[in-house]
Amino acid sequence: MLAGTTMLFAVAAEAAEEAAKSGGLPQLNPHTFETQLFWLVVTFLALFFVMSKIALPRVGEVIEERRDRIKRDLDAAARLKDETDKALADYEKALADARANASGIAKNTREKLATETEAERHRVDEQIAGKLREADTRIAATKSKALSAIGDIATDTTRAVVEKLIGQDVPAEDVKKVLRPVAGS
Amino acid sequence: MAAEGTGHHGPMEQFEIKKIVDLDLFGHDISFTNSSLMMVLAFAIVVGYLLYAMRGRSLVPTRIQSTAELTYEYIAGMVKENIGEEGMKFFPWVFTIFIFILVLNIFGLIPGNFAATSHIIVTFALAAMVWLVATFVGFWKHGVGYLRLFAPAGVPLWLMPIIIPIELTSYLIRPISHSVRLFANIMAGHTMLEVFAGFAVLLPWWGKIAPTGFMVAFTGLELLVAFLQAFIFTVLTCIYLNDAVNMHH
Repeated sequence: MLAGTTMLFAVAAEAAEEAAKSGGLPQLNPHTFETQLFWLVVTFLALFFVMSKIALPRVGEVIEERRDRIKRDLDAAARLKDETDKALADYEKALADARANASGIAKNTREKLATETEAERHRVDEQIAGKLREADTRIAATKSKALSAIGDIATDTTRAVVEKLIGQDVPAEDVKKVLRPVAGS
Repeated sequence: MAAEGTGHHGPMEQFEIKKIVDLDLFGHDISFTNSSLMMVLAFAIVVGYLLYAMRGRSLVPTRIQSTAELTYEYIAGMVKENIGEEGMKFFPWVFTIFIFILVLNIFGLIPGNFAATSHIIVTFALAAMVWLVATFVGFWKHGVGYLRLFAPAGVPLWLMPIIIPIELTSYLIRPISHSVRLFANIMAGHTMLEVFAGFAVLLPWWGKIAPTGFMVAFTGLELLVAFLQAFIFTVLTCIYLNDAVNMHH
């Protein structure tokens, strides 16, 4: 770079020398200074005026506006995210509540059903036991009735047998008296 | 730039100021010249470009609006980086300096055009304006304390007799180094192009190839130089302003 610049200056100097022979470097001709300075001042000031009053504020405004807009949008996005998080938490809480509720209901139902079943079973047991007792007494009554009938039959049979044997009717009372020890009851 | 008419055509002829309209203001020559034409065109192009680019003022920029915003942010970034937020007061002025020099430099590269920044009087006037503004701001903000700029803190006392003259000289010489850098770069580049263009014209066909190829490549380099010199001039403006505003050395 430095070598390049040095070479450039060398070429420029050579050319300047050449130019000097034909009336000097145009850059060093003071007659042109006034017009150059005048137009430089005019154009530079005009450009400075337009830049600082019109063009640059426009660019700055747009950039500023965009920055604000992006910031606003980011803020809004953050706010929406917060809201979403809150809604999600609410939903999860509701879900957990519902789940707890449901399991409570299930437990209650299970318990209620269990006690009902137990009561029903109890009732049926009682019923069966009652029926058993009833049957027992009925059997006992039938049995004793049958047993007493057996005594009468035995007496009648004995009177008939005795009548056939001795040809004499024996009173039922006497037969019963005789048979009592045999019957044993 | 192109050789026209008769007579001697040296590589320096392209820098000749040519009157287009003779004008006179109270005995001062303010003729409209090829240099004035370039300046007025630069003004028109910059204003037209920026106003056209920003006509929509859209939130989502069009391509041309993006370029305008990029240029704006580029210079705004440069000002903030060098001077700080306080420097944004000078932003329109710095922006004008940058865009004016940039457009004049690039304009000068178009064959047939004239490079207004190849004249020392123009670059010197710009550099002198920067120097005067910076010096004025320095004294206006810091009063006589601005002179402390020439006696940097932390330098041993016995060095002061050497440091102060050096600092003072470097400060006073600023407008010269500032202006010569721009003028010399532009002038050297254009001279170089003209010299090789001369070869390309004079040599027989087999000799034209090398200088023509060189000119193509060199035009690319000059485009870079046109931007780089506008950039350097602007950065230096920011640095000088920073000295004046913040007195950091």
